Amino acid sequence: MARLALRELCGYRSGDKGDIANVAIFADDDETYALIVREVTAERVKAHFGTMVTGKVERYEAANVRALNFVMHGALAGGGPSSLRADALGKTLGGALVRLEIDVPDAMANRRRARPDVSWADEILK
Amino acid sequence: MPDATAKSVKIAGGQGFYGDTPAAVDALLAEGVDYLCLEALAELTLAILQKDRQRDEARGYTRDLPAYLTRALPYVVDGGTKIITNAGGINAAAAAHVAIETARQMGITGIKIATVVGDDVLARLDELHTTEQQALTHLDTGAPFDTFPGPALFASAYLGARPIAQALAEGADVVITGRVADASLFLAPCAHEHGWAWDDWDRLAAGILVGHLLECSGQSLGGNYSGDWWALPHPWDLPYPIATVGEDGSAVISKPKASGGRVSTDTLRHQLLYEVHDPARYLAPDVVADFTSARFEDLPDDRVRITGVHGEPATDTYKLLISAHAGWSGETRVAFSWPDAYEKAKATAAILRKRVEMAGLAVDEWLVEYWGVDALGGPTVPKTTHEPPECVLRVAWRCADQRTAGLVGRELVPLTLSAPPAGFTGAGRGGGSATELLSIWPTLIDKAVVDPNLRVVLEEVR
Repeated sequence: MARLALRELCGYRSGDKGDIANVAIFADDDETYALIVREVTAERVKAHFGTMVTGKVERYEAANVRALNFVMHGALAGGGPSSLRADALGKTLGGALVRLEIDVPDAMANRRRARPDVSWADEILK
Repeated sequence: MPDATAKSVKIAGGQGFYGDTPAAVDALLAEGVDYLCLEALAELTLAILQKDRQRDEARGYTRDLPAYLTRALPYVVDGGTKIITNAGGINAAAAAHVAIETARQMGITGIKIATVVGDDVLARLDELHTTEQQALTHLDTGAPFDTFPGPALFASAYLGARPIAQALAEGADVVITGRVADASLFLAPCAHEHGWAWDDWDRLAAGILVGHLLECSGQSLGGNYSGDWWALPHPWDLPYPIATVGEDGSAVISKPKASGGRVSTDTLRHQLLYEVHDPARYLAPDVVADFTSARFEDLPDDRVRITGVHGEPATDTYKLLISAHAGWSGETRVAFSWPDAYEKAKATAAILRKRVEMAGLAVDEWLVEYWGVDALGGPTVPKTTHEPPECVLRVAWRCADQRTAGLVGRELVPLTLSAPPAGFTGAGRGGGSATELLSIWPTLIDKAVVDPNLRVVLEEVR
């Protein structure tokens, strides 16, 4: 068994409706999907966010796109238009979720998602 | 194999929000789309438009509408393209007037502009709650309507595709609505062209799924994408999506040729679940769509085929969004550098609060964030002994009145010479301006009390 952050295993996207944020994570193959279904429970996600999420967390499965969708209540300090947070719409919650670490089989211990190559930006910014 | 002569409808999502780029529609129009759908209303846009109308009765629609029409109307005149937009906001009639004027100024006559009205129930709100027995309970918290912190600034129901389809059936070339469920803007032309029945749940669900993918412009084609976003072709030229929808509800999502971005199952699934709760039950006014039933298939050249979408009967209610004033906020930011950047920031935040207290200013809510430490990640950020090279303190506050909110920020100014070391005052609104906050109250309203008041008004440009 090894530990890996979801960052190395999944894509992510967050959205909002009122004071509720949803964060979806996406696996790229069946093995990884089965792993996150087993390991990334609503309880673990709620514990991970601690005081940032004051309400319940619900988990939904979308196996057709190998995704899990977490709906987090009380996650936006009152919700977009009345929230004092800089990230009132929870745009960065996906990134926050993929810090979560889970147990992975040894065979997956070396999984890494690619790191950005923005050398093209250096050219433009010269 | 599908019949090669079978009809398909080509729809483009040309706008994702109020403030989007009108020039983006040029590439879509050049592709020869049958319908250009422009989605201009976020949850709160109606509040801005309401203020516009309070100042001027001829306003209340999104003011970039002429910029879009100037680009798109020539294609309407050629007979190739129709336009559907919710730019009407809270004054669809005024938007139609502007559309007609824009057409006339371009020397265009003979086209038909339709407006859909009946979504705005602000004037009837009390009557709806009492006589019409609408509970108007808060959808998320369950709070009863008598706790609504009014007065209401706007109250509009999210209408479905049906009145838009009716407008198209009556010959409209341009359909302008107020509040409509975003995805329904895109379902309407599919249902109209293919003659879908309003209880053909699977087809309606397919149209809604397509609409959901198209309603946020670049966000399904590599925008806000957690995959290899850095490797997308020309990321400065992110395209807008196109859907080609068949009679059976199957669809191919594509983008204008030679543009940047990417269309793949991966980019689309990022948008598929965006702002969605239970993906098996996506509630649209027209149908309850099961997004987990869709089959995605990557095709060559940035295309994805979607089939197999299943739907369940629509509910008896529309979502109704009511909004009220929720105080005034201000914020300020101060940057501190290493060493001890975080500690300096924290001390400064505490000093600011004490000064505000000493000045007798009433603050209802404070928020302190430490940028560069845990402002965005909060408890998810691992504790570390590593000192940040800099830390930006952001303090935000909410007050009941505008003046107080402005005065709070000014308490920071004297700290320039008397605060923890080397605070570098950066950008922010510490100079005294305040922002109005709005609460939103999502609830449900029976279709039966809204539908009898829906109208389609058709006018020909002369």
